[in-house]
Amino acid sequence: MSGTATRPREPIDDPEIIRAEHLDVGYAGKVVWRDATFEVRRGEFVAVIGPNGAGKTTLFRLLLGLQRPMGGALTVFGATPRRGNRRIGYVPQRHTIDNETHVAADALVRLGVSGTKWGPGFSFRSEKEAAAEALEAVGATELGSKSLGALSGGELQRVFLAEALVGDPEMLLLDEPLSNLDLRRSRDLVEVIHGLVQSRHVTTLLVAHDINPLIQCLDKVIYIANGNVATGPPEAVLTSDSLTELYGVPVEVLHDSRNNIVIVGGEDIHGGESG
Amino acid sequence: MTGGVVPFSWNIVTDLRTMWEFNFMRNAFEAGTIIAIVAGIIGYFVVLRRSAFATHALGHVGFSGAAGAVLFGVNPVYGLLLFTTSGATGMGLLGRRASNRDLEIGTVLAFMLGLGLLFLSLYTGYATEAYSILFGEILGISNGGVIFTLEASVVVLVVMALIYRRLLFASLDEDVAEAKGMPMLALGVTFMILLAVAISIAVQVIGVLLIFALMVTPAAVAVRLTKRPLYAAVVSVLVALTATWVGLFVQFYAQYPASFFIVSIAFAIYVAVRVGQALSAWLVHRNVPVAEPHSSADRESA
Repeated sequence: MSGTATRPREPIDDPEIIRAEHLDVGYAGKVVWRDATFEVRRGEFVAVIGPNGAGKTTLFRLLLGLQRPMGGALTVFGATPRRGNRRIGYVPQRHTIDNETHVAADALVRLGVSGTKWGPGFSFRSEKEAAAEALEAVGATELGSKSLGALSGGELQRVFLAEALVGDPEMLLLDEPLSNLDLRRSRDLVEVIHGLVQSRHVTTLLVAHDINPLIQCLDKVIYIANGNVATGPPEAVLTSDSLTELYGVPVEVLHDSRNNIVIVGGEDIHGGESG
Repeated sequence: MTGGVVPFSWNIVTDLRTMWEFNFMRNAFEAGTIIAIVAGIIGYFVVLRRSAFATHALGHVGFSGAAGAVLFGVNPVYGLLLFTTSGATGMGLLGRRASNRDLEIGTVLAFMLGLGLLFLSLYTGYATEAYSILFGEILGISNGGVIFTLEASVVVLVVMALIYRRLLFASLDEDVAEAKGMPMLALGVTFMILLAVAISIAVQVIGVLLIFALMVTPAAVAVRLTKRPLYAAVVSVLVALTATWVGLFVQFYAQYPASFFIVSIAFAIYVAVRVGQALSAWLVHRNVPVAEPHSSADRESA
């Protein structure tokens, strides 16, 4: 597996975007995970992996300033995370949109830039253009005039990505964008996201269940399981030894001939689909 | 169609001129117009936020308020406002997911209706009071009532214009809006209070039981006709205006309750749009060989 992740530049040259030191995280006195120390540098593409309920979304809530750590220190862009940071684009896992939502996709994308403003804002050319640009950047220009309720899961994820992108953020937090997609559409979307990471140098954290569609383009993995966090380049984290230590039970990482991995022995089994 | 005191002529202009010689008809048209505009716009957000049942419930909460006001000899609209805004604040504070809890809302709704019944039975006056709260009495709106309706509506519309984009964002993409620093609770409570005021004034026209026809049906038509939020709000207003104006016009000659005509016209527009769209979809499918919709396949994997 080593050598699959190509890094054209030395990550050390890039400024630090996220710094976590001995971070403890939880709700109402109950610790979800503890003692995480890692940093994310500008332009890195990072996967946040782990079983259900391990606290992956909690990490995002911390970075967005929606929740405070229980212990340790966390800085984003060199400061304590705060709600409403315009430098962050966010795609949550949960959405209020369903197939009865009769609203044009580009109206939602526009809200990414105008949704926090006062007043009715009848028609601002700059907003329309920003929305059109963002849709183009994710290869979804033709979806702009379609109703959100009529879009497929993969199309919706592109629109959400455009909505997150429209304010020209420096960091993207994408929570399970691949969860409802089949493997082919997962790979398509990952290609779009990876393209953005490379062309815009936008630091991207992506929560995923299955690492296989991502593994070729990752710079770093944040693996959360059993209350522990392991971080590092994928080839260092996704090994039998490292995951056995993380889970605290014997775990084996298997590779197939196409570099897909299967993790056996954790709380549940990740991967498994072949490419 | 000539059951009324004034005969109907096919000259609509003359008809309207005759109609507007009556003060109660002028008041009805003025109040009805203002209320249709407010109801159409607020209704769009009711549909977007799936708050139709909460709207229905607030109407019933308002019923006990109005009945209580009648009992104490106060103008029913003040009782309506007091009860609906209190109920709306409560629902808003519980949060959006909580305000979509049908069982809790239904339980409170039934209790409030019962309370209203008690107030009315304690009141020894006429049963027409109850009747007009339940089904509306647009022809009974006084000059002062029109002024009050206008004042309340201006407040609702100004606040609505101010929070329009933030509310749209919070309604369409709750978690992103929250992360972007939007005050979700304050926005939710504000919207519910605007809804409460809109319901309170709309009850004069249509009554608590028929509130859907003005607050929900026009917007339900609008979202089927346009995907643009601002256009949808405009279409919603136009449908509410059409139902109100035509309803008032027809009842002047037909002498049946205005509420009945308003509700029927709103319903007829809704049915026409749904049938029209089903027909056009059928025609398109019949003429074009159906392509494999990859969207549905994609959704199934969800």
